[in-house]
Amino acid sequence: MSGVIIAGAAETDQVGKLPGHSTLQLHLEAALNALADAGLTTKDIDGIATVSSPGPVQVAHALGIVPRWMDGTGVGGTSFLLHVRHAAAAIMAGHASTVLITHGESGRSRVGAARFAPAPSSIPGQFEAPYGVSGATSAFTIPALRYMKDYGLTREQLAYVAVAQRRWAAKNPRALYRDPITVDDVLASRIVAYPFHLLECCLVTDGGGALIVTSADRAGDFPQPAVHVLGTGESSETPLISQMKDFTESQAFRLAGQAAFAEAGITIGDVGHLMIYDAFAHVPIYGLEALGFVAKGEAGAFISDGHTEPGGSLPLNTNGGGLSYTHTGMYGMFAIQESVRQVRGEAAAQVAGPEISVVLGNGGMFATSGVLVLGRSAR
Amino acid sequence: MSPVAAGKAVPVPTPETQPFWDGCAAGELRIQRCLDCGQPYFYPRPVCPDCGSPRVEWFTASGRATLYSYVISHRPAPGFEEEAPYAIAVVQLAEGPRMMANLTGVPQTPEALELDMPLRVTFERRGDMSLPVFAPAEEGR
Repeated sequence: MSGVIIAGAAETDQVGKLPGHSTLQLHLEAALNALADAGLTTKDIDGIATVSSPGPVQVAHALGIVPRWMDGTGVGGTSFLLHVRHAAAAIMAGHASTVLITHGESGRSRVGAARFAPAPSSIPGQFEAPYGVSGATSAFTIPALRYMKDYGLTREQLAYVAVAQRRWAAKNPRALYRDPITVDDVLASRIVAYPFHLLECCLVTDGGGALIVTSADRAGDFPQPAVHVLGTGESSETPLISQMKDFTESQAFRLAGQAAFAEAGITIGDVGHLMIYDAFAHVPIYGLEALGFVAKGEAGAFISDGHTEPGGSLPLNTNGGGLSYTHTGMYGMFAIQESVRQVRGEAAAQVAGPEISVVLGNGGMFATSGVLVLGRSAR
Repeated sequence: MSPVAAGKAVPVPTPETQPFWDGCAAGELRIQRCLDCGQPYFYPRPVCPDCGSPRVEWFTASGRATLYSYVISHRPAPGFEEEAPYAIAVVQLAEGPRMMANLTGVPQTPEALELDMPLRVTFERRGDMSLPVFAPAEEGR
């Protein structure tokens, strides 16, 4: 186990369409909410982690925090899981005692948001952008057809991923989309990038979230039940989707998961709740297989047989996920937030008291991964 | 901000990728291989990704490939408006490495685009550059 806890966790007051908030404002609102959740003030914080932009220097300065440790790891939407991992190491090394991790992104309204387009001389700019890649929708999705052909995943099974998650979203008043949908609805929604339909693609929203990480010695010192960080893992595979080793599996998911499970000393049978970053409907399929919950090629049927939806044996993406809850662009923070809520027992769609929750984060397009094993008690 | 907003993205070579683009201009698909372990690889870089050796060389690939995977994008990137929907593919070269490409000389439909179909390289003008793209090939060519 890592020796640290998540002592505070909160999202922005609202998520969705927030044209009145800049990216920086979303960071700050989330930070203040997480501090309040932990019963702390900015003066209690001596370490800070977030992605650029705005980056740790800007967020710390805006809040009047003078860090003695900082981490600006920015490797896509999983970065916040890596921040938790790096904060754990820093706290155990004595480099910081109480770390604030923030996310904020005006992903939909683009207020004060950074532009992203690869430089034409960069590797993606030379070898992928010229072929008409238009955001993640037209690139993150490319591996799926290979998986479908090699493992017999059907269009209906892919569509069912969105159906299952909408069933969770229906229980979450903060979810952007809550109305029930069917496989036929998904297949009738317009094609965005064949074989993907609109309802198989994540939302684009505004919002933020923040975490307070500190030593497990202080569990019990805070208003909320401590959430123990039992194990963590991280890995990277490729900056170019075209260079993913095998289009039917994520090496980064698998390696990050193995590291986290080994550190926590758990097996899949110990996991009562699971979050898998779902930018597109195929990603939970890759995630379930990479973590070993099902054998290769079986995740589509596992989901369409109902095992991950309300009432199923493995509650997955219980906030509704990126497909139905919210997706600012770097969704990993929201996946962690939902795991914290489930372990605390305060989620909108609360599952029966999970002792252990696992979060699998994706960064970029199968580029990077982080995994956290969170638990109600130290092991 | 870039003054070019409307056109398709044009690659800008760097010193380590220049031989690749020079090959394209000459109508050849030049990639690299390792002199120590023999492994061919793409994208251009001065170290073998398999064994870590810096002893690498350029060679001209056959240009034969198969269709590994793709999407058909309905949301055009700048400059692609008139072509949408269009396929963004990843092809597997006969030598082993994979690369992203567009497909030409074939309808951009799921019916026409079968995974593992044989392809051959051809080159498309893009600004002052030549860009490798792939067209259907007869078996055995």
